[in-house]
Amino acid sequence: MTLRVAPTVRRQRIAWIAWTLMLIASLAVVRALNQRAIGDRSDDEGGADARFGFTLTESAKRLGIELVHRGPTFDARLNHIMPQVAAMGAAVAVVDFDRDGWPDLYVTNSGEGSLNHLYRNKGDGTFVDVAAALGVADVNQQGSGVSMGSVWGDYDNDGWDDLLLYRYGRPELFHNDQGRHFTPVGEHAGLPAWVNANSATWFDYDRDGRLDLFIAGYWPDHVNLWKLETTKIMPESFEYANNGGRKYLLHNRGDGTFEDTTEAMGITSHRWTLAVVAADLHGTGYPDVFVANDYGVSELFANQAGKRFIDVAPQSGVGRAPKSGMNAAVGDVFNDGRLAIYKTNISEPGVLVQGNDLWVPQDRSKVEGQRSKAEIAEYENLATSMGVDLGGWSWGAQFGDLNNDGTQDIYLTNGYVSAGERSSYWYDFAVIAVGHSQIIEDAVNWPAMKGRSLSGYQRKRVWLNDGLGRFTEVAQVVGARDTYDGRAVALADLRNRGALDVIVATQRGPLLVYQNSVDPGRHWLQFDLEGRRSNRDAIGARVELHWSGHVQVQEVAAATGFSAQNQHPLHFGVGAAAAVDRAVIRWPSGTVQTIEHPALDMRHHIKEPDGD
Amino acid sequence: MATDAQALASTGQIAPRPRRFLTLDNRYLPPLLITSILLGAQLSFGILEGWERTGLAIVTAIGAELVMGRITYGAWPHPASAYISGISAGILVRSPFLWPYFLTSLISITSKYVLRVNGRHLWNPTNFGVSAVVFLAPAAITVLSIQWGNAIAPMVIIWVLGSVIVWRVGRAHISATYVASFLLLSFVRSAMTGTPWLAAVAPITGPMYQLFIFFMVTDPKTTVRSRVGQCIVVFLVAFVEMLLRLREVLYAPFYALFIVGPIAMLVQIVMDQRKTRGLGS
Repeated sequence: MTLRVAPTVRRQRIAWIAWTLMLIASLAVVRALNQRAIGDRSDDEGGADARFGFTLTESAKRLGIELVHRGPTFDARLNHIMPQVAAMGAAVAVVDFDRDGWPDLYVTNSGEGSLNHLYRNKGDGTFVDVAAALGVADVNQQGSGVSMGSVWGDYDNDGWDDLLLYRYGRPELFHNDQGRHFTPVGEHAGLPAWVNANSATWFDYDRDGRLDLFIAGYWPDHVNLWKLETTKIMPESFEYANNGGRKYLLHNRGDGTFEDTTEAMGITSHRWTLAVVAADLHGTGYPDVFVANDYGVSELFANQAGKRFIDVAPQSGVGRAPKSGMNAAVGDVFNDGRLAIYKTNISEPGVLVQGNDLWVPQDRSKVEGQRSKAEIAEYENLATSMGVDLGGWSWGAQFGDLNNDGTQDIYLTNGYVSAGERSSYWYDFAVIAVGHSQIIEDAVNWPAMKGRSLSGYQRKRVWLNDGLGRFTEVAQVVGARDTYDGRAVALADLRNRGALDVIVATQRGPLLVYQNSVDPGRHWLQFDLEGRRSNRDAIGARVELHWSGHVQVQEVAAATGFSAQNQHPLHFGVGAAAAVDRAVIRWPSGTVQTIEHPALDMRHHIKEPDGD
Repeated sequence: MATDAQALASTGQIAPRPRRFLTLDNRYLPPLLITSILLGAQLSFGILEGWERTGLAIVTAIGAELVMGRITYGAWPHPASAYISGISAGILVRSPFLWPYFLTSLISITSKYVLRVNGRHLWNPTNFGVSAVVFLAPAAITVLSIQWGNAIAPMVIIWVLGSVIVWRVGRAHISATYVASFLLLSFVRSAMTGTPWLAAVAPITGPMYQLFIFFMVTDPKTTVRSRVGQCIVVFLVAFVEMLLRLREVLYAPFYALFIVGPIAMLVQIVMDQRKTRGLGS
């Protein structure tokens, strides 16, 4: 009997030792992979320009830009959570409002009675605020609402970009009087009376040559945040909320007025939208609309030849997993002509790791194969595999070639509420977030913040694209070292010298201007497009640049990122290439124009040809 | 979450043969319930990051169980327990990465074969696995902490179905004691911290707690034998959870069970040994 049992016992002991070693090894691997997920936090400053080809230097004060954003103050019944409900409004748009060839900046403020700023670029390396003189400063009042952002577009094709100011309040359209003054268009324009909006964009959805308008509500329209009728105003769920603001699709009649075509065009969403970007994502020639929603899934409204929009987000993959979407930008990350969508979310170690999304359409053959059937591209989230997923409480992000090496990099800002440095609201936030709708939707049930931070003082991200499917995080090394609560990011060549500078609007903080110094051995070119048959801003125009076996696509867009607008000219870096083969421009009108061997290191002003 | 057949059989919960012929074997009830919850939630609200992640967790758990069971004991173990461990890991773990789903399941099952005293494993496998990975990898892994949709009806259905099943397998008193303790102690937390009571009680309305209450604290393999003892232990779990919550530990229920569960099991084992010695003498 003993002889028969012994081998079993021995086997069990050996097995136990093996399983013990395996358990220890598994735990060690988990720890190691966690460290890997955190990523390289090197603060090495040495030779960033040599290693990565560029450095960033924060220079706002030196440029004459000194402002501190003010947040709004809502109904006193929200006092206990005011820092988080009044946590947006710092926005920036790049626009050459006076057509002098130098990009200017329009920066919003959100405190009641605070002033917005229009910084005119003097071309000598300094800026001057002309907002008050031109009539676009004093626009934040309780009765009409406070600014959440702006988007510029030439809605009447007169050659001057006009200003659409969206607020928690009444959206306002300002006509640009040849760069000398701005005139409020007023109610007869047909804009909605009140939208609690954090995003809007100009685009020509029916390609009639006139810019239409999309305004996306965040809070429901009926909520006046200064005079609450009820405290049941919060999202009904942390990831499945449908009680947000409605959307407005406003068709440009061409006579200075707009008609509401939202429902007729099939858009009925009431999600909590924070960002919107319009681009031709299905190769139809018509702009589609990607909408990043807080507290829920994204929406992708596929344009049906300008006659209707269909939300194809679930089928395409981008609308399956609900997260906290805050940013929408498109970029060709593989230099193969496919536009990927970058949507930011929340990642807080130990609490909530949603991870940002980099939605990349399936390869061309598959996409084209599907188009022949359903016209819907399928997307795959490559954020994790490409290393651009963990960005903290992420807000605005933009694609742009920061080091002119020929690939689209990503600049991301983050941070929600930076208050007490040693105290965190995250526990209470997570506890209420899991509550049923009856609990979470009533602000009264939300624990008081009591001066605590919520994902505050966060490290920013600058991800450099190696062009081979991997991004490297270099923010600390290249100089992006602020820890403000960043919101909007915009990219512009502020000095017209072939490098994309980074402008960051921060909540209750300063406007940051990171001047970019790029290795002069790297070449670039820019395309400033002007439509004729198409809308004059050429919003929706697509440029395909061919060089050294690469094909990079960019589209002219109005809003992109979070509450931001990049410069109008498209910027391409081409690295050490001595020449480019050609640029193929597809105008919104459908006209295709090819420019052979455009010169390097200059901006090309291209007017749309008159005929086909 | 090893509510497996052997455990149910050992507690005398399997119905007599004539009844079993007409009714479903109890060993399949918990897997059926958790599968129904998963399918319902996924098809209604799309709660999963992707089927492949949950699938990986399930396959890993079952594979590890079969291999370890066969090598250790020379026989193929029933996969029901591992299935529940895997599907629970697949639902509870939230991560943009794939590896947490594999490693959580692997650690859960391995712990069952390693952390044993007198032939009994001390930790509920999924509790051990989930607690370990969220503690060791906070930058990459969190635990399910959101509602599945907004409607009351699905939540009520899960509570009713779950209650019926834990009642049928004779462990309803454990779930009920835990819920009562949590609600009672949430008043204490609310009073101590000044947090609105509805915020203090909010977590229990979420699916994470539904899984915890119906599948984890009721695990027959890692609970003490007497009904009174079970109620005391689960109250202690709720009490330690309260202490952890006062320290703002987000995954307090998992850590509380992680701490209290094995201590209770060790006490049970010591008491059993004394009883055996007493009988022997």
